[in-house]
Amino acid sequence: MQVEKFYYDNQTVKNFAYATILWGVVGMTLGLLIAVQIYLPAANFGLPLTTFGRVRPVHTNAVIFAFVGNGIFMGVYYSLQRLCKARMFNDALSKIHFWGWQLIIVAAALTLLTGHTTGKEYAELEWPIDIAITLVWVIFGINMFGTILKRREQHLYVAIWFYIATWVTVAMLHIVNSFEIPVSFLKSYSWYAGVQDALVQWWYGHNAVAFFLTTPYLGIMYYFLPKAANRPVYSYRLSIIHFWALIFIYIWAGPHHLLYTALPDWAQSLGTVFSIMLIAPSWGGMLNGLFTLRGAWDKVREDPILKFMVVAITCYGMATFEGPMLSLKNVNAITHFTDWTIAHVHIGALGWNGFLTFAILYWIIPKIFNTPLYSKKLATTHFWVGTIGIVLYAVPMYWAGFTQAMMWKQFTEEGILKYQFLETVTHIIPMYVTRSLGGLIYLVGVFIMVYNLVKTVKSGKLAANEAAEAPALSDVVETHGKQYWHKWIEKRPIQMLVFSLVLVAIGGLLELVPTFLIKSNIPTIVSVKPYTPLELQGRDIYIREGCYLCHSQMVRPFRDEVARYGEYSKAGEFVYDHPFQWGSKRTGPDLARIGGKYPDSWHYNHMLEAQSMSPGSIMPSYAWMLDDAIDTASTPAKIRAMKILGVPYPDGYDKQANADLMTQANSIRINLKIDKINTAANKEIIAMIAYLQRVGSDIKLQPASEKK
Amino acid sequence: MSVIIILLIASIAVAALFLAAFIWSVRDGQYKDEIAPAVRILFDDKPSEQIKEVEEAKLT
Repeated sequence: MQVEKFYYDNQTVKNFAYATILWGVVGMTLGLLIAVQIYLPAANFGLPLTTFGRVRPVHTNAVIFAFVGNGIFMGVYYSLQRLCKARMFNDALSKIHFWGWQLIIVAAALTLLTGHTTGKEYAELEWPIDIAITLVWVIFGINMFGTILKRREQHLYVAIWFYIATWVTVAMLHIVNSFEIPVSFLKSYSWYAGVQDALVQWWYGHNAVAFFLTTPYLGIMYYFLPKAANRPVYSYRLSIIHFWALIFIYIWAGPHHLLYTALPDWAQSLGTVFSIMLIAPSWGGMLNGLFTLRGAWDKVREDPILKFMVVAITCYGMATFEGPMLSLKNVNAITHFTDWTIAHVHIGALGWNGFLTFAILYWIIPKIFNTPLYSKKLATTHFWVGTIGIVLYAVPMYWAGFTQAMMWKQFTEEGILKYQFLETVTHIIPMYVTRSLGGLIYLVGVFIMVYNLVKTVKSGKLAANEAAEAPALSDVVETHGKQYWHKWIEKRPIQMLVFSLVLVAIGGLLELVPTFLIKSNIPTIVSVKPYTPLELQGRDIYIREGCYLCHSQMVRPFRDEVARYGEYSKAGEFVYDHPFQWGSKRTGPDLARIGGKYPDSWHYNHMLEAQSMSPGSIMPSYAWMLDDAIDTASTPAKIRAMKILGVPYPDGYDKQANADLMTQANSIRINLKIDKINTAANKEIIAMIAYLQRVGSDIKLQPASEKK
Repeated sequence: MSVIIILLIASIAVAALFLAAFIWSVRDGQYKDEIAPAVRILFDDKPSEQIKEVEEAKLT
């Protein structure tokens, strides 16, 4: 057997490591900003760019796709080369992958801050960026599968299976959830509407957690934990069993995000059942990780890297136990829409993803720079600071979530709601303050790490191409009876490419299916009518400002919610909602029945300064809506796009739409004038008022005979 | 709820792909040896060994 000499590419690993650190700092700093904005509305600075609704998606996208995303690539590029005993397939692809991803991140931040959003949580990016993500993801795939094909180690270590599952599933999720019809260069409408949109979105949202935040990190754990502890994984067999179990079960659990909503009951139950089943494979991974350290706890005492890993894996175990519990309907009835969800995701993000990323950074940087870590002591300090940060973040949020849910559900003896919504918010503000303190402490830890790593880098020199030796994989592999087709394909990259293209074509075919969907968007409630052009423009402003991040539009069939907001939401009400705006968190009250609840002037003043209408409110000011004009030039294109999606506007309505828009705007202007507010009819606030006055009001027009 | 059909097609397609991969991996003998792979990854290539020595030298 001939021994081959080759070089590992550490340059790309270094680039991804630096990007992970940079975007981590950016994403977490923005997180701290929005945490402060929640109890200090002045921290919104009165500018559209810096207001909560715009910054929050940048925070979530930055942490998930920029911080964890680059962390995945760093871990994969480092471990895959060593597991395959081969350099990455193609250096140019590695470069395109790296710079392409960074460009996407920058484009994402700029478009989100300027209000270009699809309005679907964690899939907010507009269509040109969606396409760019698909392309870069395919490049990553080619580079990864190319490396696997030219490997010098016959056995595929379990981590590689996790990486493959990640690539395949994320590709599918991203494509299916991103069906949208472009209206202009940076505006599109979701192909799906209402209940259907919600189902697709949370199928995506749940699996993004599964296959972007979990499986790649489990793969990374299976490589770096044994390396850091210098001992083999506790049970290799368990790692394989839990891998296959995990990927086969995860994908069916999505509907648990929509319990008690207008989603059909059977779909909700299906989601719950699979969520409960998930405990087994998830805990298989956690226990396998922790047991790897059996008899090595003395090492944990000394090594900060192992400390980070132990807490990360423990947080993974806690989050994956909590997840199935939150999928139980009776638990979900309490926790959903509250800060409990925020606590749950941050156990995952700060603990599992964050701490594992830090551990790997502390491990990789000294390795590729050929130098020991600058200070072990500082790393240990970071560990303790970070852990205190997580506790101070999570505990107040659990407390806040539980407290608020209990307050929402309290009735007095006379049978009326005990607390106003605002009272439940002001009550938990001390918890919000503590949470931001926890976030600050966690961020301080990150800066300690940055200092430590900068010092480490300065004392070493990057081994951009690390020499390695391994025997070539022999052509004559031990076969068992007959030669399988994959052996043939493994040695033929062109055929492999064709095979991949066929798979991509299947994806393209899937794209055709949604056209059939439009037929099912026939209203089941006769009185539910399409939005008027002015309301549609108002709805787009609602989406642009990220209102859905704090306000749900989904009244669940509970006594307290019906008493507080009005009739519970029906599936048929949302057939024209491209995208749906149910939301997932009630920092402010639900808006599903806001239409007709207050006079126009109330909304006007409330948008200018919420505190003038509800003293103590934490809602930021949206004063620019009072000055900016409605973008009427876009109306015809929007109407045409909606028509393609099956919204029954009359033929040629796009030409008449703006005239109707002005008529309705004038009537609102006159309404405001009666209340002594003088404004022009073409202002954005007028469209916003039109939309808010419409939301959830159609059902009230339903003739009594049709009511069930 | 016709969107469920799309989700089912997509989910089952991926599940089928994974099933094929699973069958392949079993038939390929990927899991015949459950001990060596876990140990093998611990052996680093030479340059990394040198670092380790330096580290150990510093510790002692």
